[in-house]
Amino acid sequence: MSDRTLYDKVWDRHKVTTLPTGQDQLFVGLHLIHEVTSPQAFGMLRERDLEVAYPDLTHATVDHIVPTADQSRPYEEDAAEEMMSELEENVREAGIEFSDPTTGDQGIVHVIGPEQGLTQPGKTIVCGDSHTSTHGAFGALAFGIGTSQIRDVLATGTVAMEKQKVRKIQVDGELGDGVEAKDVILEIISRLGTEGGVGYVYEYAGEAIESLGMEGRMSICNMSIEGGARAGYVNPDETTYEWLEETDYFRENPDEFEALKPYWESVASDDDAEYDDIVRIDADELEPVVTWGTTPGQGIGVTDPIPEPEALPADKQDTARRAQEHMRVEPGETMAGYEIDVAFLGSCTNARLPDLRRAARIVEGREVADDVRAMVVPGSQRVQETAEEDGLKDTFEEAGFEWRNAGCSMCLGMNEDQLEGDEACASSSNRNFVGRQGSKDGRTVLMNPRMVAAAAIEGEVTDVRELPETEVTTA
Amino acid sequence: MSREDERSESSERASGRTSASDAEGREVRTDGGDEIEIPEVDYVSGSGLPIRGNDIDTDQIIPARFMKVVTFDGLGEFAFFDKRFTEADDLKDHPFNEDRFQDSSVMVVNSNFGCGSSREHAPQALMRWGIDAIIGESFAEIFAGNCLALGIPTVTADSETIRDLQDWVDENPDGELDIDIEDETVTYGERTIDVTVDDAQRKALVDGVWDTTALMKSNAGAADETARDLPYVGDAAGSSAD
Repeated sequence: MSDRTLYDKVWDRHKVTTLPTGQDQLFVGLHLIHEVTSPQAFGMLRERDLEVAYPDLTHATVDHIVPTADQSRPYEEDAAEEMMSELEENVREAGIEFSDPTTGDQGIVHVIGPEQGLTQPGKTIVCGDSHTSTHGAFGALAFGIGTSQIRDVLATGTVAMEKQKVRKIQVDGELGDGVEAKDVILEIISRLGTEGGVGYVYEYAGEAIESLGMEGRMSICNMSIEGGARAGYVNPDETTYEWLEETDYFRENPDEFEALKPYWESVASDDDAEYDDIVRIDADELEPVVTWGTTPGQGIGVTDPIPEPEALPADKQDTARRAQEHMRVEPGETMAGYEIDVAFLGSCTNARLPDLRRAARIVEGREVADDVRAMVVPGSQRVQETAEEDGLKDTFEEAGFEWRNAGCSMCLGMNEDQLEGDEACASSSNRNFVGRQGSKDGRTVLMNPRMVAAAAIEGEVTDVRELPETEVTTA
Repeated sequence: MSREDERSESSERASGRTSASDAEGREVRTDGGDEIEIPEVDYVSGSGLPIRGNDIDTDQIIPARFMKVVTFDGLGEFAFFDKRFTEADDLKDHPFNEDRFQDSSVMVVNSNFGCGSSREHAPQALMRWGIDAIIGESFAEIFAGNCLALGIPTVTADSETIRDLQDWVDENPDGELDIDIEDETVTYGERTIDVTVDDAQRKALVDGVWDTTALMKSNAGAADETARDLPYVGDAAGSSAD
């Protein structure tokens, strides 16, 4: 038994039984819930007279609808207030811990789980949110589920799943200046396609992945789903353990850290693990990647020409033509120089402290271009607090950015933060679908956080490597 | 009467309320534990409608602004909303707006349908509009899983077969499509074509075990045991074995 992947090992440890359908019933080690996809599941439990089976393994936060400007209650928008109240009621009844905004621990569900030490290697983690794959950065098996499955997990602590294949994505070499984790995953998706990962779990490995901090690994795992893979993971290593040791959970339970470490080490993929597929990517060849279209797979290097639809595979041509029409881009041009109206620095992909720090170094001493609306939405209240202490808030505000409270915000336009009309947005988020950011004519260009900062300053998509970094004096 | 009301039976079936689905002639089965009846879905018939295009994401199927609700009721009218209506609420060209497709219940789609978010609001909206089954080139995984949890088959075939089927449906909006889940075939006009239904999905639909709550609840003892063996849970497992 020495040729198994982390996926095999974690799956086997959590397998309860095989169901009559052939699916396995898996025990869920951590169930994260939020206000948008859980209320209907609680409703279903009530209809069936069922209770929450493992409240201690369940944790709630509010992120999708929470206002990022005025958070006083009741929320200005009735629907948001109703969703929040419903969640409060549900967690109170069930005895589920809730990182609500009064705790100082609130934030995007995929930011707070790792922050608090809830996310750990070798756990199965589910949430009614497709970006649950983020937690795979810690060597957890983490995936998004729908509301009926949330009902299953609430009622039974388990989920019915079919086992997938594992594709190892080996990223060798070193990332160049200005190139980040976000560029790696955008490159992977543009190479393998938005459905290339269907039926697979992605294991990210290789020197370029191992040299990333946890935040970078999270950015990569986060967008696994954009490539069709429901889960993605990185094997746990010293970088992972250093992060964990500093979290609340293990500061409060240092003995647990030592006790669990052997388990974490044991779940890492074996050296001779067998994979269903292996893809290699050379990190040295990458440059900052930006999207030109309306799927996350439509990405190119910032200095590359936008492709001719006719030059793409037959099944991609129609989508490309429609995307280019929507985005108003011409084949042959580069995305550099594409004018933007909005710059959004936020989301579960790129709103952690190091993301904001890197972007601040670009912003420092510069000013947001005229007519550009630029905003920073920290991923959590803790990120926000530390960033404010470190002076990042001042840096951004002095440059002309709005500094907001934590939440999903303009990643998906469920609160007041939305694109208007046909505004173009340089965004550090994960989806450029038509209508995603709240306006059906809105145009989203995905990119890394430093590139968002550069676009905000220049008023157009800009190769950040041409904007020298400045020292953030207070950081 | 709105389409959603007419289709309330199927909504109730899938939202897990006790259903009267045997009125449709389908067998029902009661799972032990609670009293939820889960119909066997071995056959779906109805006229079709083509929804063309690859990578149709869940933000298109149900824009996020319609998700500020605490139930799934009433989502049917918002299916494909931004594809169907202009800013001024005028109708756009979309199959969901065409009179000839108003009674259709089988959607024929292309590749990577339902990609993006995990929102069950997407299949819930389609189901509440009146969709009972989807045939396509391929489906995003979470979307297909969400459909299965509602008893909606997601059946696949190659792109040429799908294009032929979309053209036929376009020309024969009243033509009946018969999906045989167990035999993995679709019959339309004079033709019967082979399609693929994922093994677990087929078994779940045909045997009426696509709603897994009661089934998994019956294994509560084994789940507790699995939990106790996990080093990070151990004795801390709040026991669910009741």
